[in-house]
Amino acid sequence: MTVNPRACIYFGLMALALMAVGFLQSWSLALTILNLCLISSIMALGLNMQWGYAGLFNVGVMGFAALGGVAAVLVSQPPVAEAWSAGGTDLGLTVLALAAAIAIIVLVRRAMGKGPLRTFVTFVLAIAGYGFVRIFFDPASEAIESVDPSKTGYLGGLGLPIILAWPIGGLIAAGAAWMVGKIALGLRADYLAIATLGISEIVLAMLKHEDWLSRGVKNVTGLSRPVPYEIELQTTDWFLGLTESLGAAPIEASSVFVKICYALLFVAVLGILMWLAEKALHSPWGRMMRAIRDNETSAEAMGKDVTRRHLQIFILGAAVVGLAGAMLVTLDGQFTPGTYNPLRYTFLIWVMVIVGGSGNNWGSVLGGFLIWFVWVEAEPAGLWLMDLATSGLGESSTLRAHLLESAPHMRLFVMGLILLLVLRFSPRGLLPAKTRHQ
Amino acid sequence: MSFLIAENMVGGYGGSDILKGCTIAVEKGEIVVIVGPNGAGKSTAMKAVFGMLDLREGSVRLGEDDITTLSPQERVRRGMGFVPQNNNVFSTMTVMENLEMGAYLREDDWSETLDQVFTLFPILKEKRQQDAGELSGGQRQQVAVARALMTRPQVLMLDEPTAGVSPIVMDELFDRIIEIRNTGIAILMVEQNAAQALAIADRGYVLVTGENRFSDSGQALLENDEVRRSFLGG
Amino acid sequence: MDDILNAIVLLTNFVIVPALAYGAQLALGALGVTIIFGILRFANFAHGDLMAFATMVVILVTWVLQDAGIGIAPLPTALIALPVGILAAIAISLFTDRCVYRFYRQKKSAPVIFVIASIGVMFMMNGIVRVIIGPDDQSFGDGARFLIQVTQFREWTGLKEGLAIKMSQALTLGVAVIAVAALFWFMQRTRAGKAMRAYSDNEDLALLSGVNPDRVVFYAWVIAATLATIAGTLYGLDKSFKPFTYFQLLLPIFAAAIVGGIGQPLGAIVGGFIVAFSEVTITYAYRKFLLYLLPAEWVPDGLVQFLSTDYKFAISFVILVVVLLVRPTGVFRGKVI
Repeated sequence: MTVNPRACIYFGLMALALMAVGFLQSWSLALTILNLCLISSIMALGLNMQWGYAGLFNVGVMGFAALGGVAAVLVSQPPVAEAWSAGGTDLGLTVLALAAAIAIIVLVRRAMGKGPLRTFVTFVLAIAGYGFVRIFFDPASEAIESVDPSKTGYLGGLGLPIILAWPIGGLIAAGAAWMVGKIALGLRADYLAIATLGISEIVLAMLKHEDWLSRGVKNVTGLSRPVPYEIELQTTDWFLGLTESLGAAPIEASSVFVKICYALLFVAVLGILMWLAEKALHSPWGRMMRAIRDNETSAEAMGKDVTRRHLQIFILGAAVVGLAGAMLVTLDGQFTPGTYNPLRYTFLIWVMVIVGGSGNNWGSVLGGFLIWFVWVEAEPAGLWLMDLATSGLGESSTLRAHLLESAPHMRLFVMGLILLLVLRFSPRGLLPAKTRHQ
Repeated sequence: MSFLIAENMVGGYGGSDILKGCTIAVEKGEIVVIVGPNGAGKSTAMKAVFGMLDLREGSVRLGEDDITTLSPQERVRRGMGFVPQNNNVFSTMTVMENLEMGAYLREDDWSETLDQVFTLFPILKEKRQQDAGELSGGQRQQVAVARALMTRPQVLMLDEPTAGVSPIVMDELFDRIIEIRNTGIAILMVEQNAAQALAIADRGYVLVTGENRFSDSGQALLENDEVRRSFLGG
Repeated sequence: MDDILNAIVLLTNFVIVPALAYGAQLALGALGVTIIFGILRFANFAHGDLMAFATMVVILVTWVLQDAGIGIAPLPTALIALPVGILAAIAISLFTDRCVYRFYRQKKSAPVIFVIASIGVMFMMNGIVRVIIGPDDQSFGDGARFLIQVTQFREWTGLKEGLAIKMSQALTLGVAVIAVAALFWFMQRTRAGKAMRAYSDNEDLALLSGVNPDRVVFYAWVIAATLATIAGTLYGLDKSFKPFTYFQLLLPIFAAAIVGGIGQPLGAIVGGFIVAFSEVTITYAYRKFLLYLLPAEWVPDGLVQFLSTDYKFAISFVILVVVLLVRPTGVFRGKVI
């Protein structure tokens, strides 16, 4: 692989910017930003697979990220035995009822000929089946949610190491993507966008309100970690020895150390994904993907199964986003469905991909870094600017107070502006994908 | 000097030229038909005459004026009417609204033109409140021609008006076209049904690979052995 | 007999009236989306935020008027502020068109590029709204709260169940009817309206007929912005104003536009009511309703609610998917994007 000098400059500047934060603000903050940059890059990489490789307009990134996030809860939290004993039987029956309902629908559909009658019967059966399942499900969820609701009130997880949640989060997201793709991928770009937007809202609605599964908006906090805890470090001999030899304060050093551990883990994941993605993109498979993206009709005429390929790449991209979603929840140490917002989790990722350069993996990584950095730093910068702009109004001005309070929202404006500027003046992004004909 | 003349047209899409110096002229009160094999550039020539294709060389003149660089809309204003081959009606609008759209640019009273159009195509008067999309193929073509006539053009250009209609409808359409010609309008059309079209044509051009191969009266072209053998299927 | 009447009143009060108002609000929003789609041929993701922006202007003007003691009680003051909001929405729509979309139109870019550009516009408008008015709930309704009050209704009819019609609901329907009638008159009867329909139907032929595309695009934005302001203000009066809620309205609005047949004004209206009625009827708890009609022992224990209200969005979405699968052109045969 040839080294792109432009990429080196951009990534160098990015490193300088992060270092500047380290020197000017704090190293702990710089590392926090770096970690989220890394996660953002992975999400952008996933979306880039769908949009950049295959031209699939997925506006449901948030949903897949949230599904990855819930995996962290389901894998790492200890199981709640009381909840299982309270609602386990009914939940088991729910599953059986669901399976029975689906089986009946499938059998009836097979037995009947195509036509409006079949659609109608399917519809009626689906409603009846839904009611039937609810008979078991309602008491189950009620029983589970009433088990010590202030602390648990949910089934808990498997109690496994949280790092396992990363691939599992990817798998859950992939499963959801398979279902979504089956329904929506035949549709053209705008419809797919609206369909995925809808799916992500539904996923979030479920995660917010199905308390028995993940406590909903009551949140799950205190998730286990793949890296040491600060408190433990501060009492560990080798770490204290290390800080002493470096002349650093143990408390601050421990937080920096933990963040470095996360960063190393994330870099490893990003590295592996990049290696795979680059390999894939330059393989015959990747060439075929681009051929399909550039001219669907002729690719179809050449005997490529476009729908199948699209489904494949949609699932792969969603899996990567889900993985990143699980990593994000791991880093936060808590799962808070109420904080998921499409502007932050879907459209911001889009800005990353477009700004970085659609179709170019390195571009997505750069976009992830750059946009996350701007997103975070726009807040203090906006505040500072607003402070400067309104300083003439005097300390007691209510307008000034209001503007200072709302200055952080300027970053939404800035994001839109960046997106529009890049789209207009550099539509192929900062690191354009290589194409044969330019 | 003809009323409408497009001389030595050279041009095409992208890099390659489809038209390689062809010339097409039409007089008032005359039907001129362009025929030729597939890919000869017949429709391209029409588009070039109408300004939907930029020419690299050559010129188009209407009456006294050079209109080579004018936009299609401006040419409509100058008295040219065009009936495209496909999507040539507003299918979600009524027949009457289609005709109104034809007269969109006119600021004078166009009720007289409407009467003329309805005399020419009585079926349209009957169906004027129906959506054009609900009409049969032949009726849709009538709407398309009628819409173009509402601009009260001096030149009417038709791109394969009989594509996809039955032979009976085709004959009927050709009859109407002759009637339109008799009102003194210049008619330029591209036709796949070459023999039938040449039969009603005053003059014809046989276009091959973007160049004029034969130009003569319609009758003479029909009687020309070489034209018959090569382009009219015997 | 009384039981049946009570049941009907109950259903009217909690399902029919709210759904009618909500449906009218969605229909107005969907009309804007569908007109932009018909003329500019892209799904405008910034429409929800345009509604938020316009409503914000209306709210600010309303506050000023309220402070000055100007009002038209029993009607809400916001109605006087509405024209200012409309002008502001038109101004910002034309400004974004001039700065953003016109460039891609001249370049004849793919629709998906327009959609991405509209995402950028969405971000910027969202930012502006939040900076100016903040991300929180704002109330700006005043005047009479109710047209018919529950107690009044009970006195008149002697029924156990009451029917309340909020002023905002009555107003929504009234204003929506006027707006839609005006729109249809414009589209069907005026030269400019016919030019718009022609352009939406067959762009090339419309150009050949001498339709000026810049005019058509201008009218499209003016209409979409006007409808967005009306829809946003009515929604805000009926429920409440919160920038994020308006962004989220995008989904039911898109669903309404597509269900009805995108590019079809009539479809947008029908779609709006389909989505609204589905949302309200499916998330309504029917227990009390059934108690009036059936012997108590037949009525199930639960709320008899098909889906919790938390899943409103799911309903728009399911309708959307069903329509896309069964009849992709929508009820009124719109364009397939």
